[in-house]
Amino acid sequence: MMSEIFSVAFITGLIGATLRMSTPIILATLGEIITERSGVLNLGIEGTMLFGAALGFLTTLATGNLWLGVFVAALGGIALSLLMAVLAVYLGLSQHVSGLGITLFASGLAMFIYRLVVGSPIVPPVITPFTPVAIPLLSRIPILGGSFFTQYSLTYITWALIPLVSIFLFKTRAGLRVRTIGQNPFAADTVGVNVNLTRTLSLAAGGAFFGVAGAFLTLAHQNMFLIDVIGGRGWIAIAMTIFGNWNPLMGAVGALIFGFLDAFQLRMQTLGVDLPFHIFLMIPYLITILALISVSRKATVPAGLLKPYRREDKGG
Amino acid sequence: MEVSVLEKQAVIEMRGVTKRFVDVIANDKVDLKLYAKEVVGLLGENGAGKTTLMNVLFGYYNLDGGKLLINEKEVTFNSPKDAINNGIAMIHQHFTLVQTQTVLENAMIGMEGSFFLDKKKAKEKLLKIEKQFGLNLNPDALVWTLSIGEQQKLEILKALYRGAKILIMDEPTAVLAPTETVELFETLRTLVDSGHSIIFISHHLQEVMDICDRVIVLRNGIRVAERTVADTTIPELASLMVGRELLERLEKGESSIGEPVLEARNLKARNNRGIVAVDNLSFILREGEVLGVAGVSGNGQTELSEMLFGQVKPEEGEIFISGVEVPGGNPSEIIKTGMARIPEDRIATGLFMDLSVKENMILESHVSEPISKNGLINMKEIRDFAQNCIENFSVKTDGMDVPVKTLSGGNLQKVILARELVGKPKVVVACQPTRGLDVGAMEYVHQAMLDQKTEGAGVLLISDDLDEIFLLSDRIIVMYEGKIMGEVSSEEADRDKIGLWMSGVTS
Repeated sequence: MMSEIFSVAFITGLIGATLRMSTPIILATLGEIITERSGVLNLGIEGTMLFGAALGFLTTLATGNLWLGVFVAALGGIALSLLMAVLAVYLGLSQHVSGLGITLFASGLAMFIYRLVVGSPIVPPVITPFTPVAIPLLSRIPILGGSFFTQYSLTYITWALIPLVSIFLFKTRAGLRVRTIGQNPFAADTVGVNVNLTRTLSLAAGGAFFGVAGAFLTLAHQNMFLIDVIGGRGWIAIAMTIFGNWNPLMGAVGALIFGFLDAFQLRMQTLGVDLPFHIFLMIPYLITILALISVSRKATVPAGLLKPYRREDKGG
Repeated sequence: MEVSVLEKQAVIEMRGVTKRFVDVIANDKVDLKLYAKEVVGLLGENGAGKTTLMNVLFGYYNLDGGKLLINEKEVTFNSPKDAINNGIAMIHQHFTLVQTQTVLENAMIGMEGSFFLDKKKAKEKLLKIEKQFGLNLNPDALVWTLSIGEQQKLEILKALYRGAKILIMDEPTAVLAPTETVELFETLRTLVDSGHSIIFISHHLQEVMDICDRVIVLRNGIRVAERTVADTTIPELASLMVGRELLERLEKGESSIGEPVLEARNLKARNNRGIVAVDNLSFILREGEVLGVAGVSGNGQTELSEMLFGQVKPEEGEIFISGVEVPGGNPSEIIKTGMARIPEDRIATGLFMDLSVKENMILESHVSEPISKNGLINMKEIRDFAQNCIENFSVKTDGMDVPVKTLSGGNLQKVILARELVGKPKVVVACQPTRGLDVGAMEYVHQAMLDQKTEGAGVLLISDDLDEIFLLSDRIIVMYEGKIMGEVSSEEADRDKIGLWMSGVTS
């Protein structure tokens, strides 16, 4: 078995799969980082991803256009995040309750719309999914080139987004405002920055990321919609946000490690090790918990997270 | 000649400004004028409506009546942005800084310019302002590494960075050591010389006399008087502020100093950032005395009280109560010794705001007889106990069953005093016991401390209010950066020397 693990084919296959498996988690983590940096915890992430997965799939099923599916999934994510903004930002309700509510609502809505469109056939409908794109020259690099540079377009875009989100947060005017509001909304308000609007826009941006992350699973990773297609990846993104200390680069590293473990456990299952497959399924989640225990005690939570901002409070 | 014309035109005029909260009128038809190159003091007790009035001027609250004029033109402010655009900046009592960001980021937020941050250009602008007004701060320093005085400089820089001509300062000296206050006043004079106007909120009368040209006094949301500083005196301002002759008449009482009741030996603790906050601190408190612990807040007083209260385990050192060592970090052991614990923050640590008055009163006695027996609590005992407390400490409340949050600040403190003092303690540790209280409640608390001393208890009074320390203490120690800078008996104490100790200067 050891010789199989160390074969070139196994390793290159593992790297390729790691990059694929981590794509939706990186996307969702980046979205959650933007949102939480503005002071809002969006627990609607899991449901929003499922909603994006369903909308993206159905759009492509109807039109045959994959990119239109991605676009509609992003719009769906934005719509649900705006609902989150109404509840948690403008009405100032508990972010925990609002977010979980949206996850429950969106999961039901996704299934409802899916049934409405396709009914419940014995064989679920399928689409022709994205195919990996080999980048000329780079994919020809011996041994590793093929696994790194023969990926889905969405994976390449996701990789580009990691530095872009970093630049946005740390080098732009809007990023400074988002960070300030997440730390001290009162300070932002006193210098004339609109707290609730900035939070709403941050939520919307995050929602678009969630929607596309979900669509990746039904338009690239698989070619059909299943109710458990997200499989807790939204919750993992929440964990990765903390693991990465609200830093896009570190969050992506966390997501990549999770993707690696996920890819690894799938391969271990096929190698015929004599253990129930549930044990392998558990590995990435178990290691996520261990990683959180070791890292998150040092995490510096945005000071304004979970706190609705109100102006007319007396005594401020 | 131009200057005199400028002086006649009010840069700000508030005309009949009214601001209501749900059921309270915070400001009732208040008039205020501010001229160029002038410092106006806004004086009043807690709750007189000073901060609210200024938050209206700053666009943070919408006004419910009256008019706002800038350079004699009427304006409407919907948000602080409008005030900033009109050259008004407010420096709040609680700083509006982001601790995890740099000086430069805090200065430029809201004024960033283009889509991408141009930190180089912003830094040049900031350094130029720093040089012009002698406010030197490293633009790349993270805010949490700055001292309180430096953070205040940053707040002033933020205002100037926005081109503010009018600065509203809400109790700026409350957090400063005496030497820092002197420095602040120099800065304010520089600002006035360069054409700025300042509204200075305070209830420190001497400071108002030192820095202001004119004073406006608010009481219960109403403007009760206006004086030029040259034509008034501290006693007059005091009685205008309170609405009656102000002469705190305390009965000092007789007491004899006895055995040690509380001893701290070489205590050490860190604050929540891991920085040493109390460092090798020792003192002895005896029966029948008030030991005052003076110091600018943030110099380890909070951590010291948390150790004495059993909330925090000392990293090093021991605590003895009546000669017996008590285990650190164990509140219930401290309660058993009968120490009266009057915490710094009565809302966050002293009381459960949603529980009833009677429940708050039995917080420490509900585990012992007669209130608790065989694991059950006796309602009748609780009611008798609470009734006794309410009567003896004249707590104003709609009965013992209402949530304690319905009480005023002074009565909240009385609930705590009742709970802590009713068992005739040998040791009383009071941390900032009159912070935020009005004059009447303050007097009550002071008398209660002195009564404890007369009855033979040792009272440790931790306070950043030097007047209070001088009024009550028999002995004074001064804390600076977690250490004791010096000790002096109250007869020999001299304000200047203590002021120097408070800013870390030994003489």
